[in-house]
Amino acid sequence: MAKVFIYPATSLILSDLVARFGHQPLGSAISIREHIQTSGFDSPPIQMTSEDPQKGLKWAAVEVPSGIRGRLSLYGPLVEEAEAAIIIDEPDLAFGCMGCERTNELLCFMLREKDIPRLELNYPTSREEGVTFVAAIKEFLVDLGGEYE
Amino acid sequence: MSELPVNIAQITCGAEYSGIQNEIAMAAETVGGQMFYPDVALKDVKRAYKDFGLLVKSPDLKLAIARAHAVVEGRIEADGIFIASCFRCAEAAIVRTELRRYIVENSRIPVVSYSFNERTGSSTLLTRLEALTTIARRRNLMARRVQVGITMGVDSGSSTTKCIIMQDNEIIGTGWRPTTEVIKSTDEVVALALEESGLKLSDIEAIGTTGYGRFLIGKHMNADLVQEELTVNSKGAVYLANAQKGFATVIDIGGMDNKAISVNDGIPSSFTMGGICAGASGRFLEMTAKRLDVDITELGALSMKSEGGEDVPMNSYCIVFGTQSLVNALAAGYKREDVAAAACHSVAQQVYEQQLQEVEIKEPVIMVGGSSLIQGLVRAMGRMLNTEVVVPHHSQYIGATGGALLGSGFIDKKKEE
Repeated sequence: MAKVFIYPATSLILSDLVARFGHQPLGSAISIREHIQTSGFDSPPIQMTSEDPQKGLKWAAVEVPSGIRGRLSLYGPLVEEAEAAIIIDEPDLAFGCMGCERTNELLCFMLREKDIPRLELNYPTSREEGVTFVAAIKEFLVDLGGEYE
Repeated sequence: MSELPVNIAQITCGAEYSGIQNEIAMAAETVGGQMFYPDVALKDVKRAYKDFGLLVKSPDLKLAIARAHAVVEGRIEADGIFIASCFRCAEAAIVRTELRRYIVENSRIPVVSYSFNERTGSSTLLTRLEALTTIARRRNLMARRVQVGITMGVDSGSSTTKCIIMQDNEIIGTGWRPTTEVIKSTDEVVALALEESGLKLSDIEAIGTTGYGRFLIGKHMNADLVQEELTVNSKGAVYLANAQKGFATVIDIGGMDNKAISVNDGIPSSFTMGGICAGASGRFLEMTAKRLDVDITELGALSMKSEGGEDVPMNSYCIVFGTQSLVNALAAGYKREDVAAAACHSVAQQVYEQQLQEVEIKEPVIMVGGSSLIQGLVRAMGRMLNTEVVVPHHSQYIGATGGALLGSGFIDKKKEE
């Protein structure tokens, strides 16, 4: 079982695919769930406080906008934990949407910098591309030692 | 019966991740507002941002465009709009400016735009959202163009406290003092204005308060109207400048922060308030006067002896660097009048760069507040905007005048009670 960072981190399809092959998907579901379930905060909708952008300083300098640093406080620890990554370039908004493009650029860079197995694919635009797309993800997950459950 | 909340459409990028969402909600709630996210479908997002023509990359900014579209087109009802994005994000700054412009040009919904970081607290947002809810809720009050009866306005500002007494649309008493203790300064200016007018406090039929100390002095004076300075100042400005009909732009360079307000028919349509630091505010000019060993009231005349001082290196972006520039300029042998003019030019430049990009600049441009009496600053702003800047009579009293004018709307109401 490998910990696989998925990009877009909000993609339920990717998360489901990774989990079906017995791996642990690392994405928004984990980081945001932790925040929402932490008791004592009252900062809806995602329970982030002004301390979170400060935590993001580990991955981005102070002149980087607070929203980016806040996002990095969610995803930075997951990138550090990741043993593999799947990056989908130019995804459709319906496939998984991460709000800030500058954060996305930095996150993908951090994943590319890391010495871990990585699958990078363009988002499919036709049925044929879709079939190839799923097959490539399946092959990557099997190579990581996964089995379809 | 309690008033219904003012529904404010939140069109933001990054607020939740900056950890300030709760601050926004709290500030809105304090002033009787209720934030909501305009709900849009995915297909609306794809269509709206392409139709808008600004092909940004960040999905949250695409969403912001779609939300603004939905509100302007009337598919979603809102009493006011709050647009905000992260400080230092260039992509969002472009979207924020263009959306604000789009909303002002295509609707009558009041809008405030702001850039935040994680340190932005509800107190910072309070005045802006209070102004937004006032415009939405008190359009009738804001529409008042003539003062009636005998009313008083008191403006408790960060640097000075001002009082105006009006009777039948005329100013009959004024009082002005530096703000020391808020209530003591208020009592002093009220006494001065009453003395000048020859009236007693019991003659006053209604009182309006504004400025930083408005709540405290409002309670102290049992005021009928306690209102933030953005709406009150703009009302006072267009009233004194006789520009209550049509468009106008009000610039108020204050002691602690600056305000730029676009006004349409006497009611603010968009506004911004703030200052990166005291560098770009009246406080820097006070410092300059002190360093040049003149009274602040003489700084304007001194600066007018210069051609403009544009060639003197001066940076008022930060008060520390600004002071350094002052010292360096004097040490380099520049004349005092050139340094005074350069300080005015620098403040005007900062306001132009920081504030005036956030509102629509339409003539007449009206400068108000104590800093409007510094002629060098008015000249610098006029050159920057390439227009003749209007400084109305009693321009340092606009907050108090606005308070007295709007306060007169309460006379009949009180009589009915």
